[in-house]
Parts: sequence; C-alpha cells; structure tokens
Amino acid sequence: MIRAQVIVRPRASIFDPQGDAVCRAIQHLGVSVKQAHVGKCIELELEGDDLKAARTQLETICKDLLSNPVIEDYVLTLEGGTVGDRVSASAAKLVKKGKA
Amino acid sequence: MRWAVVQFPGSNCDQDVLHVLKNVLAQEVAYVWHKDSSLNGADAVVLPGGFSYGDYLRCGAIARFSPIMPAVKEAAAQGKVVLGICNGFQILCEAGLLPGVLVRNTSLHFRCETIPVRVEHPASRFTREYLTGQVLRLPIAHGEGHYVADAATLNALFKNQQVLFTYSDQQGRLTPGSNPNGSQRHIAGITNRAGNVLGLMPHPERASEKILGSDDGLGLFASILASQGMPLAQAA
Repeated sequence: MIRAQVIVRPRASIFDPQGDAVCRAIQHLGVSVKQAHVGKCIELELEGDDLKAARTQLETICKDLLSNPVIEDYVLTLEGGTVGDRVSASAAKLVKKGKA
Repeated sequence: MRWAVVQFPGSNCDQDVLHVLKNVLAQEVAYVWHKDSSLNGADAVVLPGGFSYGDYLRCGAIARFSPIMPAVKEAAAQGKVVLGICNGFQILCEAGLLPGVLVRNTSLHFRCETIPVRVEHPASRFTREYLTGQVLRLPIAHGEGHYVADAATLNALFKNQQVLFTYSDQQGRLTPGSNPNGSQRHIAGITNRAGNVLGLMPHPERASEKILGSDDGLGLFASILASQGMPLAQAA
C-alpha cells in the first residue's frame, strides 16, 4: 500500500483572508506572529506498490482537482511501496527550503 | 428559444431561474441533471447558483467534473449562450471556460444583500438592453465572490471588453466601500473572449419581477433574447 499526502497552500502573491484572520487571532493572544497562511492537507491511501506510477497519477489529480494553479501551490509526498521511491524535484526543493 | 438549467447536487437557484425563463419570459426551458450527458439541443444553458457538492475542496472544483460538463463545453465552443450565476460562475472558472478564479471574500463575511452593479459594455449579447454606466440594483449572496486573476489576464479582460459588470456605488463610482468581496478591479461579471459565455456573482434571476423589489435583472435575459432576434415584447 502507498500513502500519499498533498499539502495545498495559497500562493504567496494571493491575499489569504483566512490566514490574515488567523494571524490576527494569534496576535490577539499575545504571540507576535508576522504571517499565517491557511491551506489544506489531503491524505490518500492507494492500492499497489508502484510509487512511480502513483506519483504520475497523483500529480495529474493534484493539478486538475486538488489544487487550482491560479491561486494555489501543492506539495505531494509519497511513502510505502517498493518501486521507484523518488521524491519529486519540486517537493525536494521545498523540503530543503524548510517550506514543507 | 430553448433553455437548459443544469441541476447539480446542492444547486439552489435552479427553480428561480426556471421560473423567470418560463413564467416571466415565456421561454421553453427544462432542467438537466448533472449526470446527464446531453443538453437536449438547448440554445442556451444556465449553471445556477447554490453550493454544488457542498463547495467542498473549492467552489465549483468538483462540479467541473460532472458528466454534463463536456456538453456544456461543447455548447460554449459552438457559440451557444452559457450563463453561470454565482456558483455557476465559480464552476465556469474551475472548468476553464472563463479565466481566473473566485476566492473567499476579503471580509470573510457571507454577503447577502442588494447592491449597485454597474454595466460596463452595453454592446454585448448579455447587456444590449442596458445603457453604458447604468447602475442596476441586484442581489448578491456569496462567501466566495472575490475575483482573482493575474495582471495580464485582468488587462486583457478590460482591453477586450470582457468585463460586463462591476461593483460600484449608487452613482456608478468604483469606491473602496462599494466592493462587497474584494474583487480585483471591482469585477462582478466577465465573458470569455468570444463573448458567448458569461459568469457573474450577482443574481439577475432574483431581480426580474417588480414585486420582488427590482426587475433590473430582467434586462440581462432580455438582452440574450434580443441578441437571438427575439425582442422582449414578443417573448413575454
């Protein structure tokens, strides 16, 4: 079995009213937060053990359904399976930057 | 003129649209279920307001994949009239039939009120019964009506006269206080480049009879009929 996690976040250039409200609520509680962004975490379980094939399918699903590229970015991470366990370049870059 | 009104699970303005088309404008109109795959030869299709699929994930994101949508896209490609109101506008954006996307209102409030809406271009098939700069009184009822697109898209929309309606004050001025949801450049309604697909957040079908407080929305439907060679006097 393969487990996948998709983090969908509003793009930095798009005003995020939810994040803004959360940020102000945290500030109200006395913690000096500069910014907050509210996204979504979608967890999936897939049959099979072919990570490469699962990634190909899920990248399409992420672009077409789970996120809207006009306003959102996503990071897809996969675990489990036995074939082709490679983290995508874009996800690895974000992880390295400490964004994921 | 034959109309189809698409019903998604969660649509709640479908009956209002059908009522106006059938009883006010004497049109031939039928519902089409979202699991159908044909519009049964309709000349125009309306995607009504509501909360299709509970607005889960993003407004319109799941409805976009409904079995009826290929037929809606085909009608759009054939130049037929496609009208998306409120949730219908959101679905048209998610489906890629209109550019941009509608996100959460800047205020985070669900806005449900009758507001002034300015007509930008009365030459279109959706506005020819109106005047330039005419200020309509139309109801809005949405939590996600904040129109967002990149700068190049926004510039193209205005340059090509695709922005048909904007939020203004009663004098037709685009003041910060007259924007109910934070929409970029006060955008309330846009068409595709070809001009046959319109999406708008205000509800013309809720303002099509004087007894309901305003019939300013009737001009939109009358414009569509006029553009098909059917003046309102003959239609009603």
